[in-house]
Amino acid sequence: MSRDFELPELLFLIAALRWTIALSAVAFAGGFVGGFIVALARVSRLPVLRWCAAGYIGLVQGTPLLMQLFLAYFGLAVLTGVRLDPWPAVALAFTLYATAFLAEIWRGAIEAVPQAQWEAGAALALPRGRILRWIVLPQALRIAIPPTSGFLIQLIKGTSVASIIGFIELTRAGQLIVNVTFQPMTVYPVVAMLYFAVCWPLSLVAGRLERRFGRHQARVELL
Amino acid sequence: MSYVFQFGVVWEHLPDLLAGAWLTITLSTGAFMLGFVIAVACAAGRSLGPRAVRLAVSAYVEVIRNTPLLVQLFVIYFSLPALGLRMDAGEAALVGLALNFGGYATEIIRSGIEAVSRGQLEAGRALGLSWYRIFRHIVLVQALTVAYPALASQFILLLLGSSIVSAISAQELTAVTNTLQSTTFRSFEFYFVATALYLAMALAARLLLDGVYWTLLVRGRAPSSGRRA
Repeated sequence: MSRDFELPELLFLIAALRWTIALSAVAFAGGFVGGFIVALARVSRLPVLRWCAAGYIGLVQGTPLLMQLFLAYFGLAVLTGVRLDPWPAVALAFTLYATAFLAEIWRGAIEAVPQAQWEAGAALALPRGRILRWIVLPQALRIAIPPTSGFLIQLIKGTSVASIIGFIELTRAGQLIVNVTFQPMTVYPVVAMLYFAVCWPLSLVAGRLERRFGRHQARVELL
Repeated sequence: MSYVFQFGVVWEHLPDLLAGAWLTITLSTGAFMLGFVIAVACAAGRSLGPRAVRLAVSAYVEVIRNTPLLVQLFVIYFSLPALGLRMDAGEAALVGLALNFGGYATEIIRSGIEAVSRGQLEAGRALGLSWYRIFRHIVLVQALTVAYPALASQFILLLLGSSIVSAISAQELTAVTNTLQSTTFRSFEFYFVATALYLAMALAARLLLDGVYWTLLVRGRAPSSGRRA
């Protein structure tokens, strides 16, 4: 006897969506802070800081997310000596992942601000920190908004990989429902539709931001 | 910390890991080639096709870009058999990665096509070329030159993303690593070395693709390329 895929099962999937969103939010918040620090290190005047930041970004962007998850999961187990529940490992891995990607996006945004802006600040005898804070970062922020919202979508989709190490979010919930209903032809398309329902509106917003700030960029260049 | 790292057992199994890495390379390359064909066809349909084709291509691209690869693989491997479309894990992995790559690459190539100026099309028409030949010889060549760097980055994402197909038990580096770590209980060591192999593959692919770009597309097009000829 197996259950059918009906309203309670659908509600279970929708409820599991909150873990997908919670994990994305934790990783995005952590990555926001971490990415900011690493981006600043990446454009620092100290070569050591620049190299470390570049090495970290290259390492994360050059290895699969799934491998990072395995390493965090088994690495934490090694450090603490016990097999943990997946939450801390998953939260750690996704935060480090988001940190690297956001740092790279923001480095690009900071470097996209014309060099002359730095020179203008220096001509006004402003210290480097103030030039960054009051002249460069406000402009970099506008440039960074569209790719940052694009990365948020990538992050939400990426959290599905956490299901592989047993973290229960939308994809894992879908597998659990398949195990009791034996109806993969219904369940997985529904799971896909739920992801789509979350990501597509964000994509539309990101596209609109891109057009809006893109136009702003073009206008600045014309002046 | 009482854990003692033992990499010895990993070195014993290094040939197995390298065989897994080779499977990853062939799988990604195969998916790239299939996906590239899909993407060129879709980008052409979206730029030149009738309204229905344009809508269908947009729907395909949006669905691929707004759902996770893992769920796409589950739909292909577990859901499609109910419709009579049965594939083994390796085939499902290849098809899933190709469709996924195709969706992203369609957007990349389409923006490349849009970067080709209208004057080029008009020049082609003035020469009396057919639409197919204008697309093939004028638009596509330039569009791909523009799209090359983004396509190269997308290929590296494909190479790394292919580790996910281990979840539907397709054989590649991650799946091989999973098997080895579960029989030797040296999880961290095996994943560490497998991660290093992925990094090496990604770096090698980056060097290779950048090298091709500079030799073929940048130096080859420069007016003063007589030095090489």
